[in-house]
Amino acid sequence: MSMEILGTYAVAIFLLIGSGFAAVAVIGLLKFNDPMTRLHAPTKVGTIGIGALLLASIGHSMLLGETSMHELLIMGFLFVTAPISANFIAKVNIHLGVCETPPAPQRDVTWATLKRPEEDI
Amino acid sequence: MSAATELMNFAIIVAFVTLGFGQILSMVRLALGPTSGDRILALDTMVINALGLVVMLGIYQGAQIYFEVSLMIAMLGFVSTVALARFMLRGDIIE
Repeated sequence: MSMEILGTYAVAIFLLIGSGFAAVAVIGLLKFNDPMTRLHAPTKVGTIGIGALLLASIGHSMLLGETSMHELLIMGFLFVTAPISANFIAKVNIHLGVCETPPAPQRDVTWATLKRPEEDI
Repeated sequence: MSAATELMNFAIIVAFVTLGFGQILSMVRLALGPTSGDRILALDTMVINALGLVVMLGIYQGAQIYFEVSLMIAMLGFVSTVALARFMLRGDIIE
């Protein structure tokens, strides 16, 4: 079994993994019944699915003999920006009041003030 | 045609069909709503799935030129998600 056949198997398996994760993400987006629960499915699972597809793309370009690592750039960009957009959508959900209001923070008189905590003195 | 190539062709077809159905299902969530956060999330998922479809097209044709397209789609998708969310949060995009 040569390297080329192994590479083709690897690319095919990465494609199947990626499409499976993308399907799970979309089914979660459609089936869950709470806005915050719906938020968690596509933002985490979908990024992994696209990551696997991009890995398959890297492997395929290696198989064709013209290796390119450009896809790592897209992967890094997606992995950095997906949590940020998820955070923004969660803020929208909290702002519209469609989810449980998170508990108020504890009263704290020492953080971001000039007063020093007891144990430091 | 070896077994590896057959599995590869099968995986390409499966990935295209899955991503296409994903677009349709997230369009259903986009139409159903019920809140604005869900609609923004459905649009974000559609952008991610479109990115996957472009990557799949690049694999299918064996071409390198789709890299720039997918990078542009990723950037525009992030910016539009943030813009929509900020509009919902603040009533304005750039204050």
